[in-house]
Amino acid sequence: MARIDVIMPQMGESIAEGTLSKWLKKVGDAVKRDEMIFEISTDKVDAEIPAPSAGILAEIKVPEGKTVPVQTVVAVIETEASVGASPAAPRATVPAASAGSSAVASSASSPAKAAAAPAPAAAPSAPVSASPRAPQTLTPAAATLRPAPTGNGTETADDRLRRLSTPLVRKIAAEHNVEIAGIPGSGHAGRVTKKDILGFIESGAPSSPAPPVSPASPVSRSAAWPEGAPSASNPAWEASPWEGDRVEPMSRIRQLTAEHMVFSRRTSAHVTSYYEVDISAIQKLREKNKKLYEERGAKLTYLGFIVKAVADNLRKHPIVNAAVQGTSIIYRGQINIGIAVALDWGLIVPVIKKADELSLLGVVKTMHDLADRARAKKLKPDEVQQGTFTITNPGVFGSYIGAPIINQPQVAILGVGAIEKRPRVVTMEDGTEAIVPRMMTMLSMTYDHRVVDGADADRFFGDVKKMLESFPAAAV
Amino acid sequence: MPEVTYLEALRQGLQEEMRRDERVFILGEDVGTYGGAFKVTEGFVEEFGAGRIIDTPIAEAAIVGAAAGAAHMGLRPVAEMQFIDFISCAYDMLTNYVATARYRAGLPTPMVVRGPCGGYVRGGPFHSQNPEAAFLHTPGLKIVCPATARDAKGLIKAAIRDDDPVLYFEHKYLYRRIKENLPEGEEIVTPIGKARLAREGKDLSIITWSAMVWKALEAAEKMEKEDGVSVEVLDLRTLLPMDDEAILATVKKTNKVMIAHEDTRTGGVAGEITARINESAFEWLDGPIFRVTAADVPLPYAPTLEDYVLPQTDDILKVARKLAAY
Repeated sequence: MARIDVIMPQMGESIAEGTLSKWLKKVGDAVKRDEMIFEISTDKVDAEIPAPSAGILAEIKVPEGKTVPVQTVVAVIETEASVGASPAAPRATVPAASAGSSAVASSASSPAKAAAAPAPAAAPSAPVSASPRAPQTLTPAAATLRPAPTGNGTETADDRLRRLSTPLVRKIAAEHNVEIAGIPGSGHAGRVTKKDILGFIESGAPSSPAPPVSPASPVSRSAAWPEGAPSASNPAWEASPWEGDRVEPMSRIRQLTAEHMVFSRRTSAHVTSYYEVDISAIQKLREKNKKLYEERGAKLTYLGFIVKAVADNLRKHPIVNAAVQGTSIIYRGQINIGIAVALDWGLIVPVIKKADELSLLGVVKTMHDLADRARAKKLKPDEVQQGTFTITNPGVFGSYIGAPIINQPQVAILGVGAIEKRPRVVTMEDGTEAIVPRMMTMLSMTYDHRVVDGADADRFFGDVKKMLESFPAAAV
Repeated sequence: MPEVTYLEALRQGLQEEMRRDERVFILGEDVGTYGGAFKVTEGFVEEFGAGRIIDTPIAEAAIVGAAAGAAHMGLRPVAEMQFIDFISCAYDMLTNYVATARYRAGLPTPMVVRGPCGGYVRGGPFHSQNPEAAFLHTPGLKIVCPATARDAKGLIKAAIRDDDPVLYFEHKYLYRRIKENLPEGEEIVTPIGKARLAREGKDLSIITWSAMVWKALEAAEKMEKEDGVSVEVLDLRTLLPMDDEAILATVKKTNKVMIAHEDTRTGGVAGEITARINESAFEWLDGPIFRVTAADVPLPYAPTLEDYVLPQTDDILKVARKLAAY
């Protein structure tokens, strides 16, 4: 018999910890190699994690709902010698996401590197979806995905170490008003040491009244969150439960979204422009080509046309495909379009990489593949990273239009309103005017006025509108 | 500056005090003509005469009792235990009588009980003990444990000059292994109750005394070289009264503390130090207080077993690394 440690994998370079959301196996269960044994949820993605080896699940060290640093041993599998596992190799790295073995390559990256990574791409504002059929039950029930610690005695000594800080660290934390849980730890089992907390404070972390934000995304806060955190501590506005209320802790994804949205509002100078777009031409193209696309395994949606129009016009308007770094503007070389996807348990923004290099067919195929895998928790970490522009689609729920919040560190986000027939004044061929029903939608674009002026935004937006209203049939 | 051993330094201290103050005298088994089992008092009987270097029967309770009486009468006796292990024979005299005399009768008892302690010399269970913990619990006594030649000299002189009973535990492993340059003619008196910073460091502290000081220093060197961890070593020198100030200073400085002592673990002095830190500097700790001690067994004769039971440099190193990584 050999004992193989099962560890919390590193799901991408900037990820320091993961939440064990669900055990798919019980202690005593036989597991096959690569059989999914638990589910995790990290800053970026949710994923199922396969067994590193065949054997019996001998010990569960991390209970459901617990967040632990990457590389933490979460379980032990006992193998039979005949399986061929060497007893001298106790620590086997689990392949990363079930779908994403490519993430393994980066799993050895140093924690220091992780600490320097930028804020994670979370999600834009409204509950939106890339697909009209997206489930929209964004109720608090989503929190049940992250069950509360069961207190069933599965907490290990290492867990306790991570959770419990030493007296000195607590004292320093109190003096500087910092949240210990939000500091990456380098000590045993990821414990926050004196060095860690002093380094954190020195790095200019939010020192003034620390907002009672989640332990989520600690690294990003230290690296990218500026000083002057919002004062969420005004007791006059603080909510407290009344009799009959139900209180549930936010899920990790909820906390991240909350933090990200407030951060974005505080960071960018949000301005929103609205354009009404006549997409009757697209409607015709769509009707005409729907079958053809279906035969090729793709669903031709209105959103596909919009993504394509945005991707094709961003190259001409690089300021809209940019990011702000201090007093510099980063003009992105790639056009990577994030699409907000509403999930039962929150929002995620998978990214269509190099969208301008894809045909319309390529765009819709990629988009729907990403959306499907987002719902199945099969996204790879790099598939939610490096977006340069985001599109969100609240219209599927009937919204006329909304003003989305920018997905940091990008500078613009496009919102799509409901698509429906509306009366419109049209000049007829004989020069007379008439009110006719047309397939219409509203588009909104929120941009960061720090770097994008109204003229820049509207020039880009105008080009997108023009392309949508006279979409080249040859491109379909 | 002549190089002197730990033993020679102790000898000089005794000699200087006997020359300085004729009330000082030595009594013990074979201290006279034979010059002591380890030759600490070799030649003393020739210089000071049999009246001040007194050979006694093998009766530790009698030696301590006689010394106590002489001290009450105004003399300053230095009683030698041939091996400190046998101080247990005088336990009753020391704890019931000597330690309480000032409280009971207002009688100062300026006496020293000294003797070779410690292992690493294949001495077995009767000739290797470290009895400090047995007396730490007795108010009224003072306990000193020199680690260096300078302190061997300085502490015996301070002990002799002290108006209270002082137990002076000299480590026999250090007798001839430690050599230092001590300036001739310099009056070396080490204040009782003051610890010595044997090595400055910033990442973690080892609190220790006696022969373990040297092992701690060795481990500290290794840590610095191999791990880049800066280790502070605090040589307590006096166990009773304990230098709380120095202990707290090092705790507040490095925030990670371990205690190394040669005595067995359970009920050892490390426990007392741990408790003091816990009470006075809890908020300064960035890790648990670890102990490195002998195992809880009588010391075996067999060399391999003695090496196993007694704390070695590698044991300190192992625990120090664990603490540094904590």
